[in-house]
Amino acid sequence: MSGPNLRAIWAIYRFELHRFRRTLLTGLLVPVITTSLYFVVFGGAIGSRMTEIDGIPYAAFIVPGLIMMSMFTESIFNASFGIYMPKFTGTIYELLSAPVSAAETVTAYVSAAATKAFIVGIIIFATAHLFVDLPVAHPFAMIAFMILIAVSFCLFGFILGIWAQSFEQLQVIPLLLIMPMTFLGGAFYSIHMLAEPWRTITLFNPIVYLISGFRWTFFGKGDVGIGFSIAFIAAMLVLCLAVVGWVFRTGYRLKK
Amino acid sequence: MASIITISGLTKSYASGFQALKGIDLSIEEGEIFALLGPNGAGKTTLISIVCGNVRPGGGSVSVAGHDIVRDYRGARSAIGLVPQELSTDQFERVIDTVAFSRGLFGKPRNDATIEKVLRDLSLWDKRHNRILELSGGMKRRVMIAKALSHEPRVLFLDEPTAGVDVELRRDMWKLIGELRQTGVTIILTTHYIEEAEEMADRVGVINKGELVLVEDKDALMRKLGKKTLTITLSEPLPDVPGELAEWGVSLEAEGNEMEYLFDTRAERTGVSSLLRKLGDLGIAYKDLNTQQSSLEDIFVSLVHREQAA
Ligand SMILES: Nc1ncnc2c1ncn2[C@@H]1O[C@H](COP(=O)(O)OP(=O)(O)O)[C@@H](O)[C@H]1O
Ligand SMILES: [Mg+2]
Repeated sequence: MSGPNLRAIWAIYRFELHRFRRTLLTGLLVPVITTSLYFVVFGGAIGSRMTEIDGIPYAAFIVPGLIMMSMFTESIFNASFGIYMPKFTGTIYELLSAPVSAAETVTAYVSAAATKAFIVGIIIFATAHLFVDLPVAHPFAMIAFMILIAVSFCLFGFILGIWAQSFEQLQVIPLLLIMPMTFLGGAFYSIHMLAEPWRTITLFNPIVYLISGFRWTFFGKGDVGIGFSIAFIAAMLVLCLAVVGWVFRTGYRLKK
Repeated sequence: MASIITISGLTKSYASGFQALKGIDLSIEEGEIFALLGPNGAGKTTLISIVCGNVRPGGGSVSVAGHDIVRDYRGARSAIGLVPQELSTDQFERVIDTVAFSRGLFGKPRNDATIEKVLRDLSLWDKRHNRILELSGGMKRRVMIAKALSHEPRVLFLDEPTAGVDVELRRDMWKLIGELRQTGVTIILTTHYIEEAEEMADRVGVINKGELVLVEDKDALMRKLGKKTLTITLSEPLPDVPGELAEWGVSLEAEGNEMEYLFDTRAERTGVSSLLRKLGDLGIAYKDLNTQQSSLEDIFVSLVHREQAA
């Protein structure tokens, strides 16, 4: 055999999607229901008092944040579980003894998890259309953004799954770090609405740049310049790739 | 015969600082069944895991089918099928899917005929659409073997294939391994049962405390291991061994109160009854008889001493 082991990537990718398919109904119903609930609460109850942010109807304004929030969780959850489960059940022996490189392993797990996160993102996007008029200023940028976000957060999830040694550790980062950062990162408001010093403090939250960039693809404007957003995603991708590379070079928590 | 695995000077220390392998040299020949025999904690799993890629090697080198396991891990691993000691399977998968998955993981093109043959050989064909969690423990182990064989490896590693399985299943497994060897696959299995090595292997390597104590043809080793000690508790202590007993080579222990005779259980004549007759002739009375097979541990220890003395 020479060249990359494409069949292995395909085998893992299919295996992972098969795993998702087993929980297809809940996997798809949950984002639809959650989105609808957010619309009822934020779009309806609260939005009726807020009407507009930056000239955008509030119900439409929260859609990019909603999509991002679900994609963050889905990406981290699916990718971390994908690699954590084989460690937990012991089936990882097969992966470690197969003629599969580190790059191939990551490619397979991350693209499978990213595929699912992307699909969930699209479903929320479609559900949102049932509730509000949603213009999309830059459709291609929107798709590209969703893919990049899915891939970077799946890489992050993959690292988390390798690091975690218990189910609790697996949950703790998404719940205690990503969720609060997303809420505080302007998912449901513009950071211009904050008073100083909170506005400046918020700028240290990387999620702000991701949500703002994604909002730009819808409405042509965001809290920060689109250049910053792109730079942040690129930085996150590079950082995660570097950590993954290190994990496989050292066998960290994979090989004794 | 050509050697398919060459291990030289292999060492391994775990992160805890524990040295699990202390310089292993071993060569496995293509087509043979090699049994790695040793007590728990001897380093059998560590050795196998390094060759297969699950544990990082320390010092030394290993090559499989001419490929170095580190520099050319793809070449080496493509030649290997591994069935680890622990039962670990994807419980929710169906048998045929998990076996086909393994073949893909090893980079082989899809081949339904091969998968069917492997499943039939392992009596899994009727269960191919079952989820793994519906199978018994013995069947799950068969699934793991099927996964290991799905990519047509030249070498099959079986780590304690019969540990914790009942007698009937063990017989099944022995039969299965015998059939596998007919296909030309080289098989390396670990065990801590002497009888298992005896039943199946062409050659046996004995490992203890991270050292390969000896590697020998099974038949030669069984002659060494098939010894028992007969202890005769005498009614009256003897000052020394009577000259008439020289041909048995007996010795006196416990200040002359006990006579010990080492005999080969496999020999046509063990010499036990003739010895007892002789004692009667000589008027040496005894009050108790006891035979004992040295435990595997004892045998290892004595082997190690013998090696060190030599
Ligand atoms: N991950 C580990 N960290 C530290 N010590 C280990 C580890 N794995 C195995 N050992 C030790 O290495 C020795 C050999 O273990 P192993 O290869 O599993 O033996 P065997 O398979 O012959 O029973 C044992 O003493 C065991 O406790
Ligand atoms: Mg073991």
